[in-house]
Amino acid sequence: MKIAVCVKQVPDSWAEKKMAGGVLDRANVDAVLNDLDEYAVEEALRIVEANSPTKEAGEESGHSITLISMGPDRATEAIRKALSMGADDAIHICDAALAGSDALATSLVLSKAISDGGFDLVICGTESTDARMSVIPAMLAERLGWAQLTFAGTVSVDPSASKVSIARSTEFGIENMEGNFPAVVSVIEKINEPRYPSFKGIMASKKKTITIKSLSDIGISAEQVGSKAAWSTVKDAVIRPARSTGIKIEDGGDGGSKLVDFLAEKRVI
Amino acid sequence: MSEVLILVDAVDGKVAKSTGELATFAKAIGRVNAVVFDASLVSQLSAYEIDNVIVCSGIDVTKFSPAPIAQSLAQLVTSKSAAAVLITSSSRGKEVAGRLAVATNSGIITDASTIDAELITTQVVFGGSTTVHAAVTHGTTIVTLRSNSIEPIAGSGTPTTEDFAPVISDSAKLGVVISTQPAVKGGRPELTEASIVVSGGRGTNGDFKPVEAFADVLGAAVGASRAATDAGWYPHTHQVGQTGKTVSPQLYVACGISGAIQHRAGMQTSKMIVAINKDSEAPIFELADYGVIGDLFNVLPQATTAIAAKKA
Repeated sequence: MKIAVCVKQVPDSWAEKKMAGGVLDRANVDAVLNDLDEYAVEEALRIVEANSPTKEAGEESGHSITLISMGPDRATEAIRKALSMGADDAIHICDAALAGSDALATSLVLSKAISDGGFDLVICGTESTDARMSVIPAMLAERLGWAQLTFAGTVSVDPSASKVSIARSTEFGIENMEGNFPAVVSVIEKINEPRYPSFKGIMASKKKTITIKSLSDIGISAEQVGSKAAWSTVKDAVIRPARSTGIKIEDGGDGGSKLVDFLAEKRVI
Repeated sequence: MSEVLILVDAVDGKVAKSTGELATFAKAIGRVNAVVFDASLVSQLSAYEIDNVIVCSGIDVTKFSPAPIAQSLAQLVTSKSAAAVLITSSSRGKEVAGRLAVATNSGIITDASTIDAELITTQVVFGGSTTVHAAVTHGTTIVTLRSNSIEPIAGSGTPTTEDFAPVISDSAKLGVVISTQPAVKGGRPELTEASIVVSGGRGTNGDFKPVEAFADVLGAAVGASRAATDAGWYPHTHQVGQTGKTVSPQLYVACGISGAIQHRAGMQTSKMIVAINKDSEAPIFELADYGVIGDLFNVLPQATTAIAAKKA
């Protein structure tokens, strides 16, 4: 079984974010592995472990986990972190023309790298903590023509039957879904507790292969991606005024009543 | 006149208010076509400003991933030469929009709070710190809109109806729903649709009773911080914040929530914010229109009683 996990390097979600020239300023903030992608890496490791009971995760099990990432040179740091958790190798699509790509271009690039790799399963986090659009897994499924099994709270895989089953919670209740390989799965952050990379894992990750691919390597032209090819454009971005400081009272035994008086005065109740 | 498609949203056989919001935005752009997959919902749609209802038949969309919905909309975009498609910004809505954008070679904007007659959207990003105006520049304008963004205009007549039989490909039927266990109904409004949300955090110590009692007297939805859901004190479907739901109610009451940036990202655009916290230094007070430094176990029951007394 060949599993691909999509990972992205994002600005640290604790950092203050700003716009620069109509796009998110990525150069001047700390960058980390998108924490929602750690759940995807962890789930891939668990799927491999569950299907190779006597072996450690890795190639000996007959299963493999390949990270797929699109991003600038420095994205290597995030890729190494995911490798140190236990993924086997990585494909890093890195090309100056990619800067400013929208979700459509991103999904095009990722789908090309995925379809070239002969994978059975692609696992993603539900969204990146920077753009927060939550559309890439669905776009990948649409482009690849694969089964879409997204927002999974549990995943089980039967490699011999080439089958994936998930449970997901929606406004309609808990939906149990299934599909055959190849499939695109996204996992929510309640699905597991991602492992911390062990010292051994960190050392091993330095020897793992990260294959750098340019756009031409995956058969995409520079005109199809980047900020010039983006199909939506930012007209302006304005810093919102900080919320003016409101009223703050100390509860002297009548805090609840005073709160209700305030709400009544503002006519919200 | 421009044709606009809106995707009707319904839970438990009831058309959601967010559908009325989509119709209200769409009306400013052109002729409003509401797309529905459940014919039994048609009679409810005259409640909103909808010109035409398109009833899609031949596919039970509840049995599949969002792919068949996206494929049906893509066919309607072509047959109607639609200028825009508006969809509610739920997880499912965003997935439909994403697939539709790929299928129709169109740009997409998600989580907008408004769209105007010129198809320019407003989004509040970076945890509420920045307002962005944007527009789609290629293909059909595909936009998902957050609930509670506009007061829906009431309908003035009965919309026309037309039937449509989408052609669904085999590849759109690959992700199949095998079974559904219905959600346990709490009798409270849906979190992202509620006009008042009362949320509890670490300060509840796992006891959500005062939070729920206050929510119920206000007819509010109950939310929770990640600390509370991670501790197993409240279901994660109620989590408000960066990795949970984003809410934008008229009133948000944060009880025993410190206000970490991840939580703020999910509630910062609320119209009015009230905070109750024992720690006078809690960052949530920076956002609050009204803050009470005190123990939620004293403040909430007193407030609950006071509101009940006002109602009586």
